[in-house]
Amino acid sequence: MELIVAVLLTVTTAATPLLLAAMGELVVERSGVLNLGVEGMIVVGAVVAFAMAQISGNPYLGALCGALAGCAFSLLFGFLSLTLVTNQVATGLALTILGLGLSGMIGENFVGQPGVQLEPIAIPLLSSLPLVGPLVFNQDIIFYLSILSVVGVSWFLFRTRIGLQLRAIGDSHGSAHALGISVIKTRYLAVMFGGVCAGLAGAQLSLVYTPQWVENMSAGRGWIALALVVFASWRPLRVLAGAYLFGAVTIGQLHAQALGFGIPSQFLSALPYLATIIVLVLISRNRRLTLMNTPASLGQSFVPDR
Amino acid sequence: MKKTLLAITAAAVVSLGATAAQAATKVCFVYVGSKTDGGWTQAHDIGRQELQAHFGDKIETPYLENVAEGPDAERAIERFARSGCELIFTTSFGFMEPTLDVAKKFPDVKFEHATGYKTSDNVTSYNSRFYQGRYIQGQIAGKISKTGVAGYIASFPIPEVVRGINSFLLGAQSVNPDFKIKVVWVNSWFDAGKEADAAKALVDQGVDILTQHTDSTAPMQVAAERGINAFGQASDMIEAGPNTQLTAIIDSWGPYYIKRTQAMMDGTWKSQSTWDGLIDGILTMAPYTNMPDDVKQMAMETEAKITNGEMHPFTGPVTKQDGSEWLKGGEVADDGTLLGMNFYVMGVDDKLPQ
Amino acid sequence: MRIELERRPGHSALFSVLSPFIALGLTVVAGAIMFTALDKNPIDALYSFFIEPLTEVWSLHELAIKAAPLILIAVGLSVCFRSNNWNIGAEGQFIIGGVTGSILPIMVHQWDSWLVLPVMLIMGMIGGAAYAAIPALLKTRFNTNEILSSLMLVYVAQLFLDWIVRGPWRNPEGFNFPESREFDVEAILPELLPASGRADLGIIFAVVATLLTWFMMRYMLRGFEVSVLGQSARAGRFAGFSANKMVFFAFLFSGALAGLAGISEVSGSIEQLQPVISPGYGFTAIIVAFLGRLNPLGIFAAGLILALTYLGGEAAQISIGLPDKIARVFQGLLLFFVLACDTLIHYRVRLKFVAHAEPAGEGA
Repeated sequence: MELIVAVLLTVTTAATPLLLAAMGELVVERSGVLNLGVEGMIVVGAVVAFAMAQISGNPYLGALCGALAGCAFSLLFGFLSLTLVTNQVATGLALTILGLGLSGMIGENFVGQPGVQLEPIAIPLLSSLPLVGPLVFNQDIIFYLSILSVVGVSWFLFRTRIGLQLRAIGDSHGSAHALGISVIKTRYLAVMFGGVCAGLAGAQLSLVYTPQWVENMSAGRGWIALALVVFASWRPLRVLAGAYLFGAVTIGQLHAQALGFGIPSQFLSALPYLATIIVLVLISRNRRLTLMNTPASLGQSFVPDR
Repeated sequence: MKKTLLAITAAAVVSLGATAAQAATKVCFVYVGSKTDGGWTQAHDIGRQELQAHFGDKIETPYLENVAEGPDAERAIERFARSGCELIFTTSFGFMEPTLDVAKKFPDVKFEHATGYKTSDNVTSYNSRFYQGRYIQGQIAGKISKTGVAGYIASFPIPEVVRGINSFLLGAQSVNPDFKIKVVWVNSWFDAGKEADAAKALVDQGVDILTQHTDSTAPMQVAAERGINAFGQASDMIEAGPNTQLTAIIDSWGPYYIKRTQAMMDGTWKSQSTWDGLIDGILTMAPYTNMPDDVKQMAMETEAKITNGEMHPFTGPVTKQDGSEWLKGGEVADDGTLLGMNFYVMGVDDKLPQ
Repeated sequence: MRIELERRPGHSALFSVLSPFIALGLTVVAGAIMFTALDKNPIDALYSFFIEPLTEVWSLHELAIKAAPLILIAVGLSVCFRSNNWNIGAEGQFIIGGVTGSILPIMVHQWDSWLVLPVMLIMGMIGGAAYAAIPALLKTRFNTNEILSSLMLVYVAQLFLDWIVRGPWRNPEGFNFPESREFDVEAILPELLPASGRADLGIIFAVVATLLTWFMMRYMLRGFEVSVLGQSARAGRFAGFSANKMVFFAFLFSGALAGLAGISEVSGSIEQLQPVISPGYGFTAIIVAFLGRLNPLGIFAAGLILALTYLGGEAAQISIGLPDKIARVFQGLLLFFVLACDTLIHYRVRLKFVAHAEPAGEGA
């Protein structure tokens, strides 16, 4: 029992940054924008969160600043791709290059410092439940926010008027504009939300996962988050499932190694990626369902005609 | 400042290059990672700073960070050779072939390549006997561990890492014959998240001592969180675990860099294959902390014995993992076998990819 | 204040030519400000970035070596992207091309004939194409999103290479270090002008691929098919083009070029297989493709410029001690300015001064 809880706790820690970043990107993509700069935003969020936590001694302030930094950085993408209608794929990739460089520059003086950790917050009563208590109700604030983001985004996209508008823009920005919805403004907000989520995911890395700053500490998690959004066919609950599945396979392969199965470790390391492809194939075989959820104008620039 | 004869000849050779050698001798470094990576490259960079401090303004020590292995490395090294560097240290195994290639073209420049096995007239190979430190760590683990199982977070299955695993285990078995280790490969030298995950997985499976052959302090943090002990790697990681770290293997390249630069200035530099260890000060142990006095006493004795050559970690009888005999009683392993070590000794709970 | 764009009737020929220079000008200004803020002499820094690598012959060779794989991959990707197929796994195809191309010099290394090299190159192309066929097959057969499947296959390819050089293909004379047997001389891509530098046939492949692709896109029915299907699958169907066949064509074409780049790099520069054979060429090439506006000739220029910033970054590290992180930030700035200025080709930019401002004007 204790072992199960311990293993599952490791899985939640590994899954939380993926979940947050993917949830942000999901909203961005639902509005029809493809931001491939997630990796860059995460790493900027991570360094700013760590730096501010070190300077102020308050990890909560750090996490907040990390989220804001991710947001500010996403605006750079927004300005280029939305206002200046540059190609979104290239702009996103450039954002990642810039983010990796910038974070290295900012973090230069913080390398090797032991960090301040975001401590778990136990929710009274609930946290003493068996199994779910320690797993779900005795976690850090970013974990709670990540779960909240799933609920919030689901509600927002499918139960609110502005969520409907956002999806309409993603499906056909021309028609949405004709209906009087402000395409660019909505997309800016979506991109900023994506930035906040990615920044928080970064803060989780440098304040919870491994409370320290090391260069490139996102280590490809932004790309995984991007993959998860497609994997989930743009459905919030599936992002949740996908992030935890990926986390579980990642942790599972380490346990398989420690048990000494004697399978080449490269093969085990490749498992999460192969599993993702296989599950995706299974999901996407239903062509109708996939098309229904795919934002039709994803990646296309919009300039209002007058 | 007076120009040495060497500087003049070197300057003549590279005068086709953009910048000729100035008054100061140039000793150059090519790094595979970032100089603030907290591990491998940082240790080399600290060595470089010590070198700079030792010779003051007699030398210049430019460096290139984050140089990818492959064609980028060859370009970086050649750029240094052309810009008037007289001695170039290339500090990653993957730089071996590029170093040799460039060295062929610049016979008057001297090169030193870390952790490889090839040399030439102007290329020296240098390495550190990290396994000596791992043997001491193993002994400490054997004494301290209650479960008799240690977790080993490993990077890549290369001889260097395999040697460390074996040496650690032999050390542990010398005080507790039933000692076992569990190995997890993370397939990376440096990925804090993955190292932390591996550390947690190992602790969850019942190990109560962690050691690592990866560079981040994440496993130390996990050990501190879970209230067990751990060993630091590449540099002193005591800050990450003040109540956790037992000791650490510290790569101290500074003395070696000073020695070789001095030799180059004196004109006594010769190509060689160096494999230094505790005795040469290229490898030092962090203070023994968080352990009972008798264990500390034992560790210090072992360190002294290895340093003065009284003891060799790989001394028979040693049995391989498959049960065959490797070293007879009293037999000491030769450097050739150690350099290409490709098998586990008895007691490792893992299979090596063949 | 807000910025408004107005679509030009056609694309502006003037700004097509001018925009890269405006971008360069802006980068120089922004770079100068950044370098000054960091206490570096901006003139020295800019000189070592853009000029110094071009002043020496050996360095021009290095430029060709660095640019060749970027151009080869990006030219292939341009066809893919134009046909609306999102292959972002060129890095994986590059690696697999390097591996399959190395089968001959590693497993049958006794065979020495002039035939070795051509066969290697062809096998590299086949390997890259075959690996790219996986996402194409999944897309056409199972409707699987190719962005995801091609990206995931990159990680699989990296780990496969890692396994093969540590396991079955480990150099028998290499003290069990992770590397393959060294290639014999027949298996090494010849250098063009060995007297002056290391540049090998790779850059020639890049030139040929650029010209052939340009010719195809401009004058051949296949090129027309790519553009039509890329702009509207429906229109393509009316014209009698098959979208599924195009998926395969685009992936196989870009995969083959990435594979060729892979084996050229292995055979020309590394001369053996190592656990890592690419510093991310497959991803950088995506940027190159877009910087070159998906036009093969533009891509050739973009590949050279991006390669120059890598060389310049190193030059600046050595000559003025500019940390490599700042070099990367500078590179990112350059990319942003180039992308932003290309807007001028299709749009007029107006600044409007009105009372109510757009919620988010200028970015960070």
